[in-house]
Formats: sequence, structure tokens, C-alpha cells
Amino acid sequence: MDLTFSEEQDELRKVVRSFLARHATEADVRRLAADPSGYDPAVWRRMATEIGLQGLAVPEKYGGSGFGHVDLGVVFEETGRALLCAPYFATVALAAETLLRCDDERARTDLLPGIASGETVATLALTEENGRWDEVGVHLTAHEEAGGWRLTGVKTYVFDGHLADLLLVAARTPSGVSLFAVEAEAPGLARTPLPTLDQTRKQARVEFTNTPARLLGPEGAAWPALERTLATASVLLAAEQVGGAAAALDAAVEYAKIREQYGRPIGSFQGIKHKCADMLVEIESARSAAYGGLWALDAGDEAEIAISAALAQAFCSEAFTKVAGDNIQVHGGIGFTWEHPAHLYLKRAKSSEVLLGTPSYHRELLAARLGI
Amino acid sequence: MELDFGPAVRGFRDELRDWLAEHLVGEFAEHRGVGGPTDGAAWEVRLAWDRELAAGNWLGVGWPQEYGGRGLGLLEEIVFEYEYARVNAPYRATGNALDLLGPMLLKMGSEAQRKRFLPPILSVEELWGQGFSEPGAGSDLASVRTRAERAGGGGTSFEDASVEGASRPTGVENGDEWVVNGQKVWTSFGVHADWLYVLTRTDPDSRRHKGLTMLLVPADQPGVEIRPIRNLAGQDEFAEVFLSDARTDADMVVGEVGQGWRTAMATLGIERGTTLLPQQLTFEREAEALIGLARERGALDDPMLRRRIVDAWISVRIMRTTNLRTIAELTAGRAPGPQATTAKLYASTRHQQLGHLAMELAGPAGQIVGEDYGLDTRQRSFLLSLAETIYGGSSEIQRNIIGEQLLGLPKAPRP
Repeated sequence: MDLTFSEEQDELRKVVRSFLARHATEADVRRLAADPSGYDPAVWRRMATEIGLQGLAVPEKYGGSGFGHVDLGVVFEETGRALLCAPYFATVALAAETLLRCDDERARTDLLPGIASGETVATLALTEENGRWDEVGVHLTAHEEAGGWRLTGVKTYVFDGHLADLLLVAARTPSGVSLFAVEAEAPGLARTPLPTLDQTRKQARVEFTNTPARLLGPEGAAWPALERTLATASVLLAAEQVGGAAAALDAAVEYAKIREQYGRPIGSFQGIKHKCADMLVEIESARSAAYGGLWALDAGDEAEIAISAALAQAFCSEAFTKVAGDNIQVHGGIGFTWEHPAHLYLKRAKSSEVLLGTPSYHRELLAARLGI
Repeated sequence: MELDFGPAVRGFRDELRDWLAEHLVGEFAEHRGVGGPTDGAAWEVRLAWDRELAAGNWLGVGWPQEYGGRGLGLLEEIVFEYEYARVNAPYRATGNALDLLGPMLLKMGSEAQRKRFLPPILSVEELWGQGFSEPGAGSDLASVRTRAERAGGGGTSFEDASVEGASRPTGVENGDEWVVNGQKVWTSFGVHADWLYVLTRTDPDSRRHKGLTMLLVPADQPGVEIRPIRNLAGQDEFAEVFLSDARTDADMVVGEVGQGWRTAMATLGIERGTTLLPQQLTFEREAEALIGLARERGALDDPMLRRRIVDAWISVRIMRTTNLRTIAELTAGRAPGPQATTAKLYASTRHQQLGHLAMELAGPAGQIVGEDYGLDTRQRSFLLSLAETIYGGSSEIQRNIIGEQLLGLPKAPRP
């Protein structure tokens, strides 16, 4: 039993933090937030070539480094801390994980090396207008004809859907939910960027009109793999939320030390000091929720993964939002301005809260998995 | 909750499991889960159970063998606490000496003090009470006023006595004793204590943290009067201690004269580090019981209650992972992270919420108590949970500690 980080993992954290301190500065974040494309391809390439972030948890036989999810969680905590603007969550936490989970070895061999090398930006197109993350929410239809499978329907709230070179699409066939791969150049594919509340993470609406697609895995049997992917992504998102919350607390504490009112730093008043202490309690509790999930993923206990993933989202979502809001409160008026970065964290938090389903939804998942 | 602490401690674990299976029977087994840090229920049975443990050499697993312990490491201590809590054995009546006074003597005491006091703790022959808080010194412990001075002809002062050192002549009049005057309060299970460890002010001109001294004082003497205080659950659990010319030998100082604050702080550090795992297993049991009760009452169909029940479960699971993080760091020889400090605030607050929810689910039946204000487990746990945000450093003090020591926020200026 080893529920702590190894020296190698501490070192990984340092490397990623230092990379992001250079390539995901506040100026970078603001520039890319305002840019519809939403990421810097040069930085994306360096993430892959210099530290291998896209392929970190991809097995070596598919061109990755074969690290575990605790390692990947360390990276997500850091990207969350820096508010990295890049299709990293979509590509790594959703698309790569979907490929690793689906029952299609050829697809893995074909598609994962491009992701691991940074060549391919990928995403998972699951949600539709109903905004649901469960099996019954999938309505987009697939049918088979002479030339192969075709998709028709609409996916929306697709993370980085307008940037992705590769879209993995959940669609319904007569035998159930199936998984398909669609290339960006496919005919009958219309992608529209959606202006987002959280400008640091892009979303798109994707319309399919008789669009050719490649079936991944057996027809009608994709849901268990997708559900498992969402569990992994829930834990990784929780790690990202922890990182964002920790950055918000750092900002609040820094400000509370230097801002003076009534002739002394506001952090010396218990009203502010105790608020900051409560923020740390929230963050450390969220860390336990997220880390518990990461450890479960690497231990491979499926029941425990299902439980800790739902728990991580139910808890960390609200923790990040609470801490991001408290950061604005500690800053007072300046924290309420566009110019100050506090709102970037609040918006990332609020958006992340519903990214993979609301906290209420995850509580219900947890209740079901516990038999409550 | 099933935890495996690895092959190195498996033999120890199995020996302990076998012993517990053999000895936690009869009356002891009937008192599973009874007692707590502020719960003096079934004192005599629990004391007998402690003696049973002593006979099996299970007290002081981590204490050196020369004082009667097993001389094992932190991991074995953790395994002991975990296995002990897993079978829900009665809360140890000797907890105060085992968790606080003993470790304090091991860390700061003299060799003579260790030889004299540690073995009778492990054999349950002497019980201890803590004399820290005073009517005027609660959270602000540094404002203790209980005076201790060296007895002797002509009122030998503290400075004189320490200068005289070993060349002092013997006898009370010549300064071979401390005379203690003052009042202590909130001494848990104080009425049972044979000895007290008392934070005193030995330098009358000192202020706050300076000039304090930790003294070991025998309770059975005319100068010590211990009166029980009834807590809100109706138990005579803690006590107030009146010290009127109470006496103790000159060598009963733990640490150095004038350095009592350091000694006290070392004790409080210990207090926060060791109690979490068993406490958290108790909370897990309560959460499971709560879910069972909710199912029985059909409350799981109520979406509002259901949400609170899920949140209660989330809380105890987070406490577990937080404790495991700290244990992993400690056993890896690393300094515990911030979660070791935030855990108490989180656990105490969330446990109270769990208690409120349990009382709500119990409904009107939960409002009826037994004869002589006899409380059931749920009622007692709920009422006693109100102490958890007070003892061992109140939540407000915890927030100051977190803010100042972990986050580096400035202290409030002294008026």
C-alpha cells in the first residue's frame, strides 16, 4: 500500500510545472482564451516532443511511455493549476482513454501512436442537445451501407470538437451504442465553435450528414468501454480541479499577505485568515478524493474505480468552485474585474463542474454504485 | 475497510488478530465500541480490558522493551490501531497516558522518569490525568497561572533553586520539592487519575510562553482535590483539579525548568498524530449504520435525505484517504503534508453533520432517552461530537494554525 507520490512523480511535477511556467503564462492563457482556435500548436508539439505529455500513459507498444494514471494525474493537476489552453483533456483523458478501453486492437495500433506523438488532436463526441453523459442520452444514428458505416445527427458540447483531427463518436445502431472514428476531412461533417463561458476550454457543435465513419470494436457493445472511460476522465478532471483550486488559494494567500487595510495585512484578520484556512481544508479533502481515484485506477479494482470516480467528481467540482469564489472574495473589488485572473479560475471551475455531468448526477451514480 | 500493510507486518498482524479473537470475548465483547476520548461509559469493564491487553503485552507496541513495550516501529503501531479498531474493541481507559503522557516522557523525560512511570502505565497500575487548561487558559494555553515554586526556608525562588543545583541540601525546607497552587480544568477522566502532568508557571515574573514548567504531581495527597464535572451527555467524564500547596519532588520536571511550553507543544503534536485511524473507523461504522437506518425507514426515496446520506458517505471516505495519505508519508519517513493538519478540522465538522443526520433519521424515537438519562449509541455519539470541534485545539485555533503555519499568513498584532 503506497498512497504517496514517488520521487519520480515529484520530479515529473517539477518538470511539468516549470514547462508550463514558461509556456502557459497568464498572457498565453489570455491570448488563447480570446482566440477561437484555442491552443498554440508549437507548444502542443513541444509538450509531446520535450516531455511526452500526450503519450505519458499510453503503453509503449502504441508509441507512448507506459506510465500510470497517478503520473497522469500529476500532469493534470499542473495543467489545471496553469489553466493550460490546449486540447489536452479531450485528447488524453477522453480520446486516448476511449481507444485504450475499446475492444479494437487495430484501432489502437492505427490511432494511438499519432496521439502519443502529438500529431493527432482527438476528442470524444458523446453528448448531444440533451447534455447527458449516460447511455440513454446517445441518439445520433449510424447505419451500414455498401461503402461502410455512415453517421447522421448532431453532437454538441464536444470539447475541442472544431480543432480535432480525429473524433471518436458514440452512435446508436439497432443493436445499441457503438463507437466510431471520424476524420476531420470526412464529407458531411460540419463543425461550429461554441462561444464558451470558460474561454480557456473550447467546445463545438458537430453535425453529421451521412458522414463516413469507421466502426471501432463490435457493433452495439461500446457502452461499457465508454462508461469506464468516463470514470477515468472523471478522476483526471478531479486532479485538474484540485490544481486549479490550489492556484486560486495561492493567489488569495499572496494577496492577503500584501494587501493592507486598517493598517495591517488583511491576512492577519481572522475573517480572511479563517476563510483561507477553510479553502485549504477543502483543497486537501479534494486531493484525497482525486488521489483516491488515481490510486484506484492504477490498482485496477473496477468496483473501487467506479465508486471513487463518482465521488471525485461529486466532491472536487464543488470544492474548486467554492475556492475560486472565495479567492474573488478575498481580493475584493479587484477580484471582480476582467483584468484580474481570479475570474478565469471561477469560470474554469464553474464549467468543469458540469463538464462530465453535474455533481448531483455523480452523487446519484455513487448512490447507485453503493446500493444506497 | 480492509487494509493490508504489507508482508513485513503480516506476522504481527496475524498474532494480534488471533489474540483479539481469543480474548475479546464475554463481557469485553459485549462492550465493543464502548467509550471514547470524551466518553467514560463502562469504566470498570474497560479498565479490566486494558489489563487484559497488558497481560498480552499489547500496550505500548512502539515503546522500548526496557520500559515494558514491544519496541516495534511506527508501522506496527498503525497496524495495532487499525486491527484494534477493526474489531471495535472497547476504547482504552488508559488512552491519555498511552497517547500523550507516555510519548511525552519518551521524548522529553529523564531516564529516571521513564523507568519510574512507563512500566506502571503499560501494566495499568497507574492512571494519568492532564493538567493543562485552566478557567482562564483554554485556547490561550500560554496564559496559565497555576504557580509552582520550590519549597524551602526563606521562600527559595526559582532562580536560586536552579543555581544551587545538585549541591542543595535535602529536605522540604531546603527546596527539594515543588509546591503547586492553582486550578486546572477539563481533565478527562480526572477522578480516576493517580498522577497528573501539570503545566505550571515557575517564574512569577514571566509572561506567556516563557517561565512555564511541566511537573508530574501525585494525585493522592491532601493538596490535590479532584471534582468531577458532568458533561452534556450526563457523564462525569472530565474534572476540575484544585491544587492547594500540592507537593511533588524536585526531580518531577519533564524537560527543563522554564521550558514547559516546549514540552506541552510536543505533547499536543503527538495528540493530533495518532488518534485518527480508529476514530475514522468508528465514523465509517456510524455511516453504515446510518445508511441501514435510512433504508429501514424508507428515507432513501427522499431525494433531499438521499443527497445528505451520500454526502455523509463521501465525508467518511475522504477522511479515510486523508489518513492513508498521512500514514503512507509517515511510514515512508517523509514529513506529513498539510492534510495531516487539516484532517482534524474536516473530520470533526463532518462528524457533527453525520450526527445531525442520524438524529433526524431516528425521528421522534431519537428524542426519547432511557432511565437516568441513558443514551443510545446514536444519541451519545451525536452529543459527544460537539466536543470534537473543541478539544485538542478548537476549530478556531485550528484555522489559526492552518492560516499561520501552513499558509504563512501574518499573526494578528497583540493589543
